[in-house]
Amino acid sequence: MFALIDCNNFYASCERVFQPQYEGKALVILSNNDGCVIARSNEAKALGIPMGAPAFKFRSEFKKHNIKVFSSNYPLYGDMSHRVMKILEKYTPNIEIYSIDEAFLKFEGFEYFDLMETGLKMRKQVRQWTGIPISVGIAPSKALAKIANKIAKKFSNKTGGVYCIDTDEKRLKALKWTPINDVWGVGIRHSKKLKALGVKSALDFVNLPDSWVKKNLSILGLRLKRDLEGAPTIQLEEFAPKKKSIATTRSFKNTITTFSDLEERITTYTLLGAEKLRKQQSCASAIYVFVRSNPFQKQAEQYRNGFTFKLPYATDSSIILNQYAINGLRNIFKSGIEYKKAGILLLGLTPSTSRQMSLFEKDTTKHSALMETMDNIHRRFGPHRMKLGSQDLKQTWKMRRDYLSNRFTTEINEIIKVK
Amino acid sequence: MNKQNKIIFFNPSQESGKGLVLAQEGISAGFPSPADDFKELRISIDKEVVKNETATFYARVEGESMKGAGLDNGDLLVIDRSLEPEDNKIAVCFIDGEFTVKRLKVEKDCLYLMPENRKYEPIKVTEDNELTIWGVVTYVVKKV
Repeated sequence: MFALIDCNNFYASCERVFQPQYEGKALVILSNNDGCVIARSNEAKALGIPMGAPAFKFRSEFKKHNIKVFSSNYPLYGDMSHRVMKILEKYTPNIEIYSIDEAFLKFEGFEYFDLMETGLKMRKQVRQWTGIPISVGIAPSKALAKIANKIAKKFSNKTGGVYCIDTDEKRLKALKWTPINDVWGVGIRHSKKLKALGVKSALDFVNLPDSWVKKNLSILGLRLKRDLEGAPTIQLEEFAPKKKSIATTRSFKNTITTFSDLEERITTYTLLGAEKLRKQQSCASAIYVFVRSNPFQKQAEQYRNGFTFKLPYATDSSIILNQYAINGLRNIFKSGIEYKKAGILLLGLTPSTSRQMSLFEKDTTKHSALMETMDNIHRRFGPHRMKLGSQDLKQTWKMRRDYLSNRFTTEINEIIKVK
Repeated sequence: MNKQNKIIFFNPSQESGKGLVLAQEGISAGFPSPADDFKELRISIDKEVVKNETATFYARVEGESMKGAGLDNGDLLVIDRSLEPEDNKIAVCFIDGEFTVKRLKVEKDCLYLMPENRKYEPIKVTEDNELTIWGVVTYVVKKV
């Protein structure tokens, strides 16, 4: 049996643990730089605040409905996520941490255990130890566990936050209840195609002939169908797959107009990206640089452009990646534009160990030693301590985080105060 | 051809590489350190006060309401949320929009939050109060 554990409105719940005055109140969390809404409490959802709502457009709405706004506080969410996962790990050795707020657990040889009871215990313990409410969906396969979780959450009054699909009757009822676009792994494109054919629910999907599914949705579609039929087919991925591309992009607090300011930003993003690259032990074989103006500033001249460099050989050197990034920037920079956003993408990632050597390779071992030193310094003393010459040494660019709460669990000077 | 231009090969020496073996405890006049077998990890305060890492949180005391229990202004509290709140335990509570630290006093059908300072009144928790017992205090760290 599989269980999917999902933290309810995770970011909002993290904020509430340390600021219980917002329990039951509408609150939203904004993306990096306070750009748009990335998380909402149930109350904010009920008020009709959409996901991705641009903050500046909804400011009056927030005020009108007395919605509490938070900047995203990743040190806090990351630590709380780690605590939740640590507790879940006590229940089974087989766990797949699926995202910051979701995990699949596999219960093997637990046939004589009452998993419903285990689910309730898990929920109670996570809530007591961390303050985070979770929902638990239990079923014979991962795809069904996802559905069970949705039911547990949606009907929490009845289910107590835990739902188990353990009979065929329950399975069919659950499939009938689930719209096709809510099925795990069915993208917008596929669900449109399926809906056009009259496939509205997960049950309709399961009733399609195997051959049709395989032909139109590939072997992955067929595996999903098996999973929904109750035969576990999609397996637990206990090791997070390496990212196939790495992006570092930001909006600026104030617009930028000069090349040197943009150069500084691009260098910083490239260094951040390169560090992520080395952390997962990959090399990039291409780098994409882009800039754009502020589309909401209608009266200003609009401009957006990007440039991709195919590197002569895959590398993880910040120095080399940055040379190409800046060259790319030179190609797309246009003066007289008020730039609002820029970023880099590292593409064509290959494992560091299997990269091809090239005759004219400049990437020397000196670089890798230097990169390792840089990464170590950043790990020990915090980010941005060591910079390249093209980065601004005096000015530290600040992310816009006007509504940031304390880092209650990772900074001793920001812990809660009690009277 | 001139014979003097003949290439001469030098063979690498096979002699090197006989490095010394590092003796961890050193060789002190034929007798190993008698303490080597008794090496243990240094004392860790963290290990002593944090019994359950995933459920442990910290708070700073503000005010004097628990002076009698040794909780002074500015002290650091270690809170273990995995412990069940019980009568006579010191707990961090959230009551009516504010965090407070008090000793729990459980009476028949009634809960009191007891200060340990005469200048403060006990708080009787009624239906009108919104109370969450946030976590049980296990240690207090203070600067002397």
